[in-house]
Amino acid sequence: MTESWKITLRMFRQKENQDSHFDDFQMDVKPDEYVLDAVERAWAFHDRTICFRHACHHSTCGACGMRVNGVEKLTCITLIRDVTHHGATLKVEPLRNFPVVSDLAVDMGSFYRKMEAVGARAVLPVTEAEIENPPSKWDADDSQYIRLSDCLECGLCMSACPIMATTPEYLGPAPLAAAQDQGLKRKPELLSIVDCEDGVWRCHSAFECTAVCPSFVDPARRIMNLRTQVVDMRLRKLFGKA
Amino acid sequence: MDQTRNQPSAGKFLSWFIPVGRQVGGWAFALNRLTAIGLTVYLFLHLFILGKLAQGPGAYDQFLELTENPLIKLGEWAVVVAVLLHGLNGIRIVLTSFGVGVTRQRQLFFGFMIVALLLILMFTVRMY
Repeated sequence: MTESWKITLRMFRQKENQDSHFDDFQMDVKPDEYVLDAVERAWAFHDRTICFRHACHHSTCGACGMRVNGVEKLTCITLIRDVTHHGATLKVEPLRNFPVVSDLAVDMGSFYRKMEAVGARAVLPVTEAEIENPPSKWDADDSQYIRLSDCLECGLCMSACPIMATTPEYLGPAPLAAAQDQGLKRKPELLSIVDCEDGVWRCHSAFECTAVCPSFVDPARRIMNLRTQVVDMRLRKLFGKA
Repeated sequence: MDQTRNQPSAGKFLSWFIPVGRQVGGWAFALNRLTAIGLTVYLFLHLFILGKLAQGPGAYDQFLELTENPLIKLGEWAVVVAVLLHGLNGIRIVLTSFGVGVTRQRQLFFGFMIVALLLILMFTVRMY
């Protein structure tokens, strides 16, 4: 028999011109369902005014990012079993650091503009991708193959970063990781965007971005690497080798 | 709708110190800021006390007698604790900033904190 849990889904609610509050929904769930399933069930059977973003249901679109029990999660791949237990409460809130449009949906426009500013790539040549067990040498033909970028643009890192909470001008983890992905040697015009007050030096090593990233982009490592690239490029410019 | 509630602003720095929903790196971040604030306050107190020297040896000696007060002693202990936590956590940040152990920052943090706790214990035994 399939295991069934009774849980309370505690959901952040906020509509236009109203104060925010939490609504509780009692529901039966299967522990191996995903958090997004529970949110959709609340919408389907309890309250059709619930507003939330979702699309692909398999961690490709990055639309369903929320805070689950206080931690940023991509809800379409977060098992209910991993975040609560039978008889307990499951709290869902919108991402931090983005204005709430309605309930769990936030306005991510500022984030997308930053991604655009650094020319974040949606696809990249497979020869430039970080992949498991890469060949020791790529064939010339391999450069024709492309793949999707790891970053889903879900914004979880932007929500989890404590510096983002206080500095709206900060580029943030995903845009900096996107800059690193391209490399300053390949795109030297990115230097002035990332080597500034609100660029790569604004990061204060909380590593929350890497902790919450659902796609193993590891933005913190990329930011540290980008710093090395910036220093390298500045030194080269200083000694006239750029 | 008041959309400012969920938006970034400088006034939200208190959120740095809320451990809920944070992970090891976030706790280390908060610890570094807390100890930094403590050490900055201490720096001003320290300069104020040194300023007593300008008032002559009597004024300074009078303060030194205060250091036997258990509360002042506890304060001195707290300064050493803050220096150790902040300094060793800072070494972790320097290392990771130069690309050393970036993917092992959790282990680095725990390692340095164990060293800090051992040194704090040694200092506490010597002090009391």
